[in-house]
Amino acid sequence: MIARDKSAKYLRSVRPGLADLFASVVFASFAGLPLLLLLLRSFSKNWFWPDIFPHEFSLRSWMYIFDPASGIPAAMGVSVVIALAVAALSLAISVPAARVLALEEFSGKRFCILLLMLPVLAPPLASAMGLHAAFLKIGLTDSILGVVLVHLIPAAPYCTLMLMSSFSNFDPDLEGQARTLGASPKAVFWHVTLPAIAPGMAVAAGFAFLVSWSQYLVTLFIGGGRVLTLPMLLIAMQRGGDAAATAAIAIIFLAPTVLVLVVVARYLKPLS
Amino acid sequence: MRLNSKHLRIASNLAPMALTVGLLFAGGMLFAVLQSVGWSSVSGENHFTARHYDNFVTDAEFKDSLLITFALASVSTLLSATTGLLLALSFRRAAQRWRPVRVLAQVPLAMPHTVMALVVLEFLSPSGILARVLSGVGVIHGSEGFPVLTNDRLGIGIIVAYVLKEAPFVALMVVAVLLRIGDDYDAVARTLGASRWNRLAHVTLPLVAPALVSSSLVVFAFISGAYEVPFLLGRQYPAMLPVVAQHKFMDVDLAVRPDAIAIGVIIAITTAIFVVGYMRLARALSTTERPLIF
Repeated sequence: MIARDKSAKYLRSVRPGLADLFASVVFASFAGLPLLLLLLRSFSKNWFWPDIFPHEFSLRSWMYIFDPASGIPAAMGVSVVIALAVAALSLAISVPAARVLALEEFSGKRFCILLLMLPVLAPPLASAMGLHAAFLKIGLTDSILGVVLVHLIPAAPYCTLMLMSSFSNFDPDLEGQARTLGASPKAVFWHVTLPAIAPGMAVAAGFAFLVSWSQYLVTLFIGGGRVLTLPMLLIAMQRGGDAAATAAIAIIFLAPTVLVLVVVARYLKPLS
Repeated sequence: MRLNSKHLRIASNLAPMALTVGLLFAGGMLFAVLQSVGWSSVSGENHFTARHYDNFVTDAEFKDSLLITFALASVSTLLSATTGLLLALSFRRAAQRWRPVRVLAQVPLAMPHTVMALVVLEFLSPSGILARVLSGVGVIHGSEGFPVLTNDRLGIGIIVAYVLKEAPFVALMVVAVLLRIGDDYDAVARTLGASRWNRLAHVTLPLVAPALVSSSLVVFAFISGAYEVPFLLGRQYPAMLPVVAQHKFMDVDLAVRPDAIAIGVIIAITTAIFVVGYMRLARALSTTERPLIF
């Protein structure tokens, strides 16, 4: 273990070489080139064949997507409200579940984890189509609440799986020690448990937000085209043929993803 | 098993999650299966029928869609796995030494599939950037000389979008294992005189195989149920199954809705099998895996 720490320290002291720069360029181009292209497209005007670079620039598409008359700011609002609700509910559901799944041993635990994996990895297509009939009966179709509920199917278990890894680094004996020293259960939660898992909670909530933010098909099924979210307008705009506005919406659509990624890179060691 | 306070505590902590997964996921699946075998919530009639599944054997459109879904998911998964493995093997030292590489490697994972599909359209469509560059340097004459790579017969646009998106995901899962096992095994094999190729084939590959296969299963399961990429980059006919399901589910003729639901059920069962396979392999991996696709 000590030897490993030493080698890690040694490796960190090594200055990045050409190969490392090359690696960064390769990975950056996976995301950097697309982003550059979208930016160019969103500011371009009359960028037609055969121009490789646009000759004219304009703010038209950006003005358009922030113009309330286009309906796009409203869709951004709906998307944010839904994703925030999904993140908050996912977190509330996940904290107790992740805690026992990460820290306790009990029979049926692996089965529980499998039940969490299924909605995360299997597409929510079938369950959303099935729920539609039930939601229709109780008036949840075409409503934001219905969409929030159907987004919870992949988001909540995903949030739990992510929180499990921060709970598995948490030592529950700390809570016992605080209790022995006379802290109330409430004080223990606020001053011992919460600070220890807060970064993990932020990241898990962030990803629950993103899972909801990027849903398209199930929103269409349950929202019935009445609940308009950003990805729906993105695809509608692409179909409509306004390439510059499509690119501008795509950049807005990317923003929270990049934000969450930056936070994750800052607070969590990547790959661990 | 005796019910004691520990069991009660565990049960009460899991209850909200169980309620969510039970009611929404399992309940939704149950309703889906029921509707696909003839139970109708609209007419209130219910007589068991398997005819919505017969389509997969008798209907030409269903058969074509099933075939193209399986083919495109397989090819995209294989290419993503190969590219991901090569990326991981090429860049593991860089990832080990320099943190920005690891952070940058996560960026493609964050790009939504819809945006990736739009970008592929911008690059590869008949009037896209690639066609303009090739025309500019005189390789092709006019956009007619450019091969059809999007909304094409072979699904090349779909495959490109998925590989760009999924290869970095596979790479990250493999690099995680490579960094954990370190250089020791490789060094021992080298001391014993193993060639570069032998070290790769008999030391490194067996060690990363569980990560490689399990991430491939996740990718395959995802692609077979994903809608946005084939909708934007595929053809009208034959379309991939999720596109057909959407089309039939939203049809004004409610009678075809059970056909759509049957497709959803087939996709769900197929992916469930893959998820169980993934779980079995993930058991062999000691790290907490984070399947990061959305």
